[in-house]
Amino acid sequence: MKRRDFLGRVGAAGTMGLTGALSVPALLSGSRHAYAAGDDIPIGVLFSLTGAVAVVEHTLHDAALMAIAEINADGGVHGKQLRPIVEDPASDPATYADRARRLMIRDKCVSVFGSYTSSSRQAVLPIAEQRNNLYWYPTLYEGRECSRNIMYGGALANQQQDILIPWLIENFGKKFYMIGNNYVYPKEENNYCRILLNELGGEVVHEEYVPMGHSDFSSVINRIRAEQPDVIFSTLVGDSDVAFSRQYHAAELNPDKMPIVSLTRSEVEVKAIGGEAAAGHFSSAPYFMGHESPENERFVENYRSRYGGDQVTHFVSEAAYFQIYQFKAALEKLDPDNITPIGIRDAAMGMTMKAPQGEILIDDNLHTHLWPKVAQWQADGQAKVILQSEERVTPKPYAAYPGQECTGEGLVKA
Amino acid sequence: MDVVFNQVFAGLSFASILLIIALGLAIIYGTMGVINLAHGEFVMLGAYATWALQTYAGLGVVTALPLVFLAVAAAGWIIEKVIVQRLYARPLDTILATWGIGIIIQQAVRLGIGPDSRFVQGPQWLTGNLQIGNLVMSNYRLFVIAFAIFILGATWLLMTRTEFGMKLRAVIQNRNISECYGIKAEKVYSVTFAYGAGLAGIAGALITPLFSTIPTMGTGLVVDAFLVVIVGGLGSLMGTAAAAMLIGEVTALFSIVMNDTLGRIAVLAGIILLIRFRPRGLFPSDTRR
Repeated sequence: MKRRDFLGRVGAAGTMGLTGALSVPALLSGSRHAYAAGDDIPIGVLFSLTGAVAVVEHTLHDAALMAIAEINADGGVHGKQLRPIVEDPASDPATYADRARRLMIRDKCVSVFGSYTSSSRQAVLPIAEQRNNLYWYPTLYEGRECSRNIMYGGALANQQQDILIPWLIENFGKKFYMIGNNYVYPKEENNYCRILLNELGGEVVHEEYVPMGHSDFSSVINRIRAEQPDVIFSTLVGDSDVAFSRQYHAAELNPDKMPIVSLTRSEVEVKAIGGEAAAGHFSSAPYFMGHESPENERFVENYRSRYGGDQVTHFVSEAAYFQIYQFKAALEKLDPDNITPIGIRDAAMGMTMKAPQGEILIDDNLHTHLWPKVAQWQADGQAKVILQSEERVTPKPYAAYPGQECTGEGLVKA
Repeated sequence: MDVVFNQVFAGLSFASILLIIALGLAIIYGTMGVINLAHGEFVMLGAYATWALQTYAGLGVVTALPLVFLAVAAAGWIIEKVIVQRLYARPLDTILATWGIGIIIQQAVRLGIGPDSRFVQGPQWLTGNLQIGNLVMSNYRLFVIAFAIFILGATWLLMTRTEFGMKLRAVIQNRNISECYGIKAEKVYSVTFAYGAGLAGIAGALITPLFSTIPTMGTGLVVDAFLVVIVGGLGSLMGTAAAAMLIGEVTALFSIVMNDTLGRIAVLAGIILLIRFRPRGLFPSDTRR
């Protein structure tokens, strides 16, 4: 131990004692290790490269590594290079927790970037909180979470639905048919959608959930045919979404009268569905590959030249990309000799940044202010943005739960 | 009432896909007593072969069918020669070995072709629906049903009207005596395994325009196919066909009365009850093992 470090720690402990904040865990975590003490800044990259969710997560992995490479080529941060430490959690939540722990303890990462599914995020959450580290999560998710150790980059229910639902009622009608996979995200989204529909006088003609990976939708399509809803409100994910859309198209149901409106369908799914079958249906998200902005042009161009001209960017890979830049911007605000995950978090709060989707802001509740968009899929597999929020939308993780609010101090119950 | 008819058709459509997958499984099990856990991966290989033929050779799904059958049958033949054949005396080990083969194939495809879902264009001349009153039937699904019946017929002819079929049945009844009569059981086994694999390949090709083509696509389907084989009675062709129909229709019925999740639970519960009272399935074949 260097003499200066020693003095610094004694001083820190002394200050804590004076303010009365001294507690055993604080003392232990305070003296455990110094972050980013070497010539570079270690950061964890925790996206599955194998297993069920690898399909999506490898694109997040690619986008994050591209951002890191761009920053390093640009001279790094404070003259230090970012050193990505890649782990493959193999789509298994327990492995996420294990690898996250390894990255945070052994590799002394100042932040870990990872996860697509909520289950894997929830597996890492206790680790991040226990180690007082920072986990950057790029995916849209169902809300109802308010950790001080997770940076949420994706859209919440209110950011996906507030502009979407009134627009759908106005343009298509009030009868909604809800179909989703059977897990927490679709249920929470539908729950929020019902609240909006109640306010706007809409109705839910049927709500159903199919098992993950379900691939035969003939019964669902028959029921849709019988019910004749105005909107198919879909929270199907991955293969189920692909199978459903192809069968919906094969059944010749008309997207002009009964469009599938998805909260989860991105360019990745559409590539598998085929442009012809996806054409005419809608998605709601803060980012689409076809969005026109100089930042996005650069993002798409770099991504394609790096990973191949047939690759697509989508609303989660965009967030995986901009979160690295948010991290960098936060680092720049810190004293290079005193980088800690919590320092990064505090520096990031309130920070704005030009992302491919528009200028975004990190809220004190660690969620992100985003630019909701509604887009219609075209036969070429791209989305055409037809409705864009006029203002940046505040993230409300507890929008469906009155009396609870996620703030800079954590969850507040009224 | 319309919903019921439409649902009967949906059940039939599901049954036809199940039938093609389960036939291969049933033949392999019936003949060799090998529980082939890699069967789902043969389905997946069939789907990928179709994708490759369409992307690189420009063949349509239907035109590609014979080639897909041959390609997957060849893969099955090689696997039988190299691994399964060495394990006939150890049936439990074949379960482990085929499980392992399945994982290897799945990961090889994932590493070689990539984990993302592939797009296969359905045949243009089969788009659209046949509509009778309020009964709407997708032309492609009708085609799959017709094809499943054709395959069932062809398999039945193969088993009962050809010399190979006779040898096959002889080996099923008693391998040792058959070998005394000069039938090469090993050869029969290889061809049967390849045929079963080829059928799985065809099933994979047929479902590509409807389902999502990914490395794990076979895993879920093969579970249903196993259910069909168990319900139908091992080694019985007609039993397999009847069980595929039954499971397809019951699944469709339950999913409209309840929903797909509960429907699935109800079907599984029904099967557990059924094997409690008919442990050898609906139509057990009277062969000596």
